[in-house]
Amino acid sequence: MSAETPPAPPAPWAGLRRFTPARVGLGRAGTGLPTAAHLDFQEAHAAARDAVWSELRPEALGLDAPVVRSEAPDRRAYLLRPDLGRRLRAEDAARLPRTGGVVVVVADGLCAAGVQAQAAALLRAFAAPWPVVVALQARVALGDAIGEAMGAEAVVVMIGERPGLSAQDSVGLYLTWAPRPGRTDAERNCISNIRPGGLSHAEAAAKLHWLLRAARALGGTGVALKDEAPALPSLEGEG
Amino acid sequence: MAFRHTVAGTRYVFDDLRTLLARASPFRSGDALAGVAASSAAERVAAQRALADLPLAHFLNEAVIPYEADEVTRLILDGHDRAAFAPIAHLTVGGFRDWLLAAPPEALASIRAGLTPEMAAAVSKIMRVADLVSVAAKCRVVTRFRNTIGLPGTLSIRLQPNHPTDDPRGVAAAVLDGLLLGAGDAVIGVNPATDSVEQVRALLDMLEAVRTRFDIPTQSCVLCHVTTSLRVMERGAPVDLVFQSIGGTEGVNRSFGVDLAVLREARAAARALKRGSLGDNVMYFETGQGSALSAEAHHGVDQQTLEARAYAVARAFDPLLVNSVVGFIGPEYLFDGKQIMRAGLEDHFCGKLLGLPMGVDVCYTNHAEADQDDMDALLINLAVAGVTYIMGVPGADDVMLAYQSTSFHDGLTARALLGKTPAPEFAAWMARMGIGEGEAIPEGLAPALIGLG
Repeated sequence: MSAETPPAPPAPWAGLRRFTPARVGLGRAGTGLPTAAHLDFQEAHAAARDAVWSELRPEALGLDAPVVRSEAPDRRAYLLRPDLGRRLRAEDAARLPRTGGVVVVVADGLCAAGVQAQAAALLRAFAAPWPVVVALQARVALGDAIGEAMGAEAVVVMIGERPGLSAQDSVGLYLTWAPRPGRTDAERNCISNIRPGGLSHAEAAAKLHWLLRAARALGGTGVALKDEAPALPSLEGEG
Repeated sequence: MAFRHTVAGTRYVFDDLRTLLARASPFRSGDALAGVAASSAAERVAAQRALADLPLAHFLNEAVIPYEADEVTRLILDGHDRAAFAPIAHLTVGGFRDWLLAAPPEALASIRAGLTPEMAAAVSKIMRVADLVSVAAKCRVVTRFRNTIGLPGTLSIRLQPNHPTDDPRGVAAAVLDGLLLGAGDAVIGVNPATDSVEQVRALLDMLEAVRTRFDIPTQSCVLCHVTTSLRVMERGAPVDLVFQSIGGTEGVNRSFGVDLAVLREARAAARALKRGSLGDNVMYFETGQGSALSAEAHHGVDQQTLEARAYAVARAFDPLLVNSVVGFIGPEYLFDGKQIMRAGLEDHFCGKLLGLPMGVDVCYTNHAEADQDDMDALLINLAVAGVTYIMGVPGADDVMLAYQSTSFHDGLTARALLGKTPAPEFAAWMARMGIGEGEAIPEGLAPALIGLG
């Protein structure tokens, strides 16, 4: 059971639920939540917690791609030290091929589940011969180091978004022109909420190609480009 | 100036005031990330003892961020009231802690203008949870717009009816749910998913329609950027409160796209609308430990001291409401339930001591080591401490911002446990409408009246 399929309506105003995915009309037991509503919440939180600690399994992605790691040695360090998640291990940087062009980084981010499930299909939707790198314990900015090592003109970081109670499978795409360490979030464009029930792979791919064409014409990504793009979500702070 | 203290035969030296404050701070992940935390428990207690021996007057002579480099430091020092400081001018930080624990409420109010945020932060670092609660419980701060916030015996709730795509009917449904559960006396405040003039205007118009249709003695707010508020006010939108996220340094405020001048401009514009029937507290601020580090604008100062400096910014604008979003900034700043709990109580204590109508968003994200049990413990501590308001989110699950806060039910529970009531005007409205009397929706609050047919 999830937020979309709440239990039998215990409140006289449970009908309000047709207007919003929020947990309205839950009824009450004294001043507290009825048992079913309480346990629905616990179940959703458990799923979100497990999603944060899920591990990306590169061998199960079905991709023939090099695997690199950030300097964060494990999940706990990743959560405590965002700076380590932005730095590429030196031995990994040395063995990346110098491909130039557009490079795609498939990264675990704050939730590996959505990337694990969607990466292969989303890459097919891009319909482009771009080289792919899989990155573990990765923040968005790790793509800057990978892109620089590969001499890329642009890097697309496909990364798991922070899980909420209603969705633990969202993927974001962050596009950065002329990637190199030190780029800020204001120099990127983001396409977020790619998931079943959210933005489709076809829509995401179309937006990405639109942004890439605009970035190439402008010679950059970020705030200036965002202003011209129609109906794109604003950059969110996954850092 | 360097400070020294010896613990168990080891002599610890702290080069300056900001270092002393940072090393004295109870451990949290953000200070470790910034590289300013004490390296051992012994070093921390040495710093706390050295800090306890420091005269409060020293804080007027050594700024943690240089006066020339930061407009927040200038605001703090230029606005300091020597006369209000006089009753405590002879005290050390340790003596000030003892004074606070023994002082009657009226004495706490009289020294506010003589306190700098660094003094408040310093004394909080040598206080336990019970100290933070009992001193804050003695602070009285009352503000007014269309009702009266902060009276003794009251606990107000911000109704937070967010929707993933700002759908007006979706927001309205959550507003009605909250009103039926007694929330909304602090403000009905929506975080917009999209910070555009058109979207904000649409939400403001909807909230105004609901408020006037039900004749609710409260205020509404769309929590957009202050510059967006200025633009919608120019176009005649019904703006009650102007919202802005703020921090404790000029640099973090710049990262938020604001400075003191634009906040002054916005307050003047909102006051000129004369929409408040009982008072003209028109500003609403949010803050949170870690924001300055996140913006790389922390100057080597610990995150709790910087948070207290944000309250100096807030109090310059006579806000109706101020709250820390304590667990929202992330586990790299506050890692777990213990750190969030302590920080929430520190934030409330410092805000109240400095004279702010302080609320707390009792909250956490899914990548923090925390859960609803931790929030219950913090909420009950804050309610005992007399927190001005908390958030009310449907089922505690914010479906737009993807984090967990307190539910409408949590607000009802905190009020019931401690015998607290909503703001008096709002409580009278609830009684008039018949809210909470039966299980059915009162006639006067029928969903159809606000387009939810």
